[in-house]
Amino acid sequence: MTVLAEETMELCERTIHELQQIIRDGGASSTDIVASVFGRIDAIEKSVHAYITLLKEDAFREAARADEEIRKGDIRPLTGIPIALKDIYCTRGIPTTCGSRILQNFVAPYDATIVEKLREAGAVFTGKTNMDEFAMGSSTETSWFGVTKNPWDLDRIPGGSSGGSAAAVAADMCIASLGSDTGGSIRQPAALCGVVGLKPTYGRVSRFGLVAFASSLDQIGPFTKDVEDCAIMLNAIAGYDPRESTSVPEDVPDYRQFLGRDIRGWKVGIPKEYFIEGIDPEVESLVRQAVRVVEGLGAEIVPVSLPHTGYCLAVYYIIAPAEASSNLARYDGVKYGYRNLDGRDLLEMYKKTRSQGFGAEVKRRIMIGTYVLSAGYYDAYYKKASQVRALIRRDFDEAFRSCDVILTPTTPTPAFRIGEKTDDPLQMYLSDVFTISTNLAGIPGISVPCGYTTTGLPVGVQFLAGHFQEAKLLQFASAYEAGADFQKRRPNL
Amino acid sequence: MEYEPVIGLEVHAQMLTYTKIFCGCSTTFGESPNSETCPVCQGMPGVLPVLNKKVVEFAMKMSLATSCRINPECVFARKNYFYPDLPKGYQISQYALPLAEFGFVDIELDGGKKRIGITRIHMEEDAGKLIHDEHNPSSYVDLNRTGVPLIEIVSEPDMRSAEEAAAYLRRLHEILVYLEVCDGNMEQGSFRCDANVSLRPRGTEAFGTRAELKNMNSFRNVQRALEYEIKRQQYVLESGGQVVQETRLWDDTQGVTHSMRGKEEAHDYRYFPDPDLVPIAVSDAWIEEIRGTLPELPLEKRERFAREYGIPAYDAGVLTASRALADYYEAVVRLSGKPKAASNWVMGDILRFLNEDRRGIRDCPITPESLAEMIALIEDGTISGKMAKEVVEEMYRSGKPPRTVIEEKGLVQITDESALVSTIESVMAANPAQLEQFRSGKDKVFGFFVGQVMKATQGKANPQLVNDLLKKMLPGA
Repeated sequence: MTVLAEETMELCERTIHELQQIIRDGGASSTDIVASVFGRIDAIEKSVHAYITLLKEDAFREAARADEEIRKGDIRPLTGIPIALKDIYCTRGIPTTCGSRILQNFVAPYDATIVEKLREAGAVFTGKTNMDEFAMGSSTETSWFGVTKNPWDLDRIPGGSSGGSAAAVAADMCIASLGSDTGGSIRQPAALCGVVGLKPTYGRVSRFGLVAFASSLDQIGPFTKDVEDCAIMLNAIAGYDPRESTSVPEDVPDYRQFLGRDIRGWKVGIPKEYFIEGIDPEVESLVRQAVRVVEGLGAEIVPVSLPHTGYCLAVYYIIAPAEASSNLARYDGVKYGYRNLDGRDLLEMYKKTRSQGFGAEVKRRIMIGTYVLSAGYYDAYYKKASQVRALIRRDFDEAFRSCDVILTPTTPTPAFRIGEKTDDPLQMYLSDVFTISTNLAGIPGISVPCGYTTTGLPVGVQFLAGHFQEAKLLQFASAYEAGADFQKRRPNL
Repeated sequence: MEYEPVIGLEVHAQMLTYTKIFCGCSTTFGESPNSETCPVCQGMPGVLPVLNKKVVEFAMKMSLATSCRINPECVFARKNYFYPDLPKGYQISQYALPLAEFGFVDIELDGGKKRIGITRIHMEEDAGKLIHDEHNPSSYVDLNRTGVPLIEIVSEPDMRSAEEAAAYLRRLHEILVYLEVCDGNMEQGSFRCDANVSLRPRGTEAFGTRAELKNMNSFRNVQRALEYEIKRQQYVLESGGQVVQETRLWDDTQGVTHSMRGKEEAHDYRYFPDPDLVPIAVSDAWIEEIRGTLPELPLEKRERFAREYGIPAYDAGVLTASRALADYYEAVVRLSGKPKAASNWVMGDILRFLNEDRRGIRDCPITPESLAEMIALIEDGTISGKMAKEVVEEMYRSGKPPRTVIEEKGLVQITDESALVSTIESVMAANPAQLEQFRSGKDKVFGFFVGQVMKATQGKANPQLVNDLLKKMLPGA
């Protein structure tokens, strides 16, 4: 691994805020930036496989339009910046597969709200990134379109489900990207790929046009190279959407204004339930180091307890599959997407289409979800899980009475090897053990790089805050990032 | 053994909103297939429902009109099942927490009133429609109806005969239409009914096994189907058999119910709260606001009409059959001050004309103002009651006000005494023989003179006046 000196940096290696400056100074055009990004894609996409669909022609056309706007002085927050989209957002006229065979040829006649918002902010789309099928997975291995490799070690998984979006940012195949996080699908791959990943508060970013996995848990957020870019991206996508009933009409501040402020006197909660047996010693030591860094910045460390932590995984694997089993019922071969034509009647068409259209993990979760909602089981599973979910949420409300933010590891281990856990769903599910509670509680969480293992794999630290406290979270993350005592590296590709 | 039928009804009523319940598509009926659809009601990936507030308000109106308790919070739930007319694979409905519960309506029977309990009223979306190609092994899906707002009104099993069920159904229909929240069109499916019916030995409490009846698209068919089904179950029980719990379809042409085999396996709909929609909070203030918009309901109106206008209960029933008719009648009463005359004209000629033309009162060419004016013209003697029959027909045909019709037809009654005196004189002069008969005591000839005077005036003479004058002028009369 080498640390690249500033002057040798390619445009594609830059951050959004650096490129904004370069564009404003006339140092490079959007077309130059897009050319640099596609130069990188051409060179390494074959080995990383971060994308399902590349939009090279569209990107150059959009870059030309951006350059025209720049000439006219119309520079918006993301004008000319190449952004990658997880293939879970509907994009008008561009395939949206959700990593599934069943949507292989699906083209939506509408844009997701966040896609519209990014367009309005001036973004240039590089393509749609790879993901676990219907966002169900923690490794991007369940994609119908093949696995994405971790740019830090091509034998390892990038995390998931938004593995393509994380890998694309880590490998400079875009400047920033968007993912979705139902149980850790942004923060876990961000940690494993050494980038910043934010899951905002449930209701902060509109889900309209996001292909639903588990509607009460899904939330959209960015992958960026640093915290400032994260704030810029959140500025662009946050806000109330009348097309989404669970979106919240809460003011969106300019998140950038909170960056660079100190965190002296802040109380940082360390939940004992998150430093448990089974956590990789190197990961634990790097996270403990992060604790010392924030202490060094003047924050006060306080022990907090989240007593229902032990139930999170169980509650999640009832609620998420239950909602998924219903959300995925629409993929029935009748209206769009894959249809198996061998069936002799309607029932056979349904069965064959869904048997062949969905992969094993998706089918497993549909079956779990169908089971827990069934008559006679609903009370014992779904209803009970919903009750425990309320307790988990209360745990956080209680904890945030005595601290400003909570600090935990993002993942129990660094990136594991491709194929290592594909035969053991329970082991796979455990990789989200620290991220799931956030979705159940609906609070925001961010993963920020906190160092590397001896073998050079990135590790992330997770910060959590109360509902709609993204400003606080970003202020804290940016202070940590500035004070972190490790040298940032780039993957050697 | 004597059996007693136990009947409960589930009524689906389409709410008369302009747009669908969860998207902005039009609810217009009969458009070309799939023209009134969008990604939301087509069940595309990633799209989300947004509740049409009007639907809640319409449903609240019906809940209040049937004395239901509206829950302070209600929740939409997903009813999961696969069918090609259900694009999302689930129907958004309400389950554990419906909009309203514990209501009732009173029905009128020969033996007086009976109260029928309403278990619940909830909101839901309609499904689409399958169109089967008769010549090809193909089926098509029309999603125009998908997402059209419905309320489901579930009754208690309080009805004991087909007549009671029909009376209850008519009552619900009447209230819905009065509230203007449903057009009540049964043929187009805006008002649909399923019935649960079982028998039990009279005098016992426990319910028997029930059958669910579907596919009855008129009041008459509901009654016929229930009558048939009651007899069928009675026959099954009396011949020592057992009633099977099943869904049965009413066959209108054969007049029987058929078991809907193959579909009777118990469905597990896996209801759970829809995470895409937030619970609906219904405040007391909102309830009161809606209560303030409720019109007078048919039963109250009926009683008030009889009381206030002194008309028979039957007439009050006819005149309140629809809100528009009642409003029309009341306008005529207000303008004319003659409730009985107004009732006679509206129930008689006006309804007859409208029925002949299959028109509603809203399309009546005679305005309440015109009818009231005509009644006044009868009262002041300008025209006779007989003339009025002709006038009102012409008013209906041409839409012209009564004075214009009377003038055009030259129908004004002659009430001028001197004019009539000279007419009578000339009639007497022209008929010396009859005059002689009268003189000699033949009273019957009096009628002849009345007829001659009326003839001479082309029927315009005021008959009473003619009578009076003849009595004075005829010799020895």
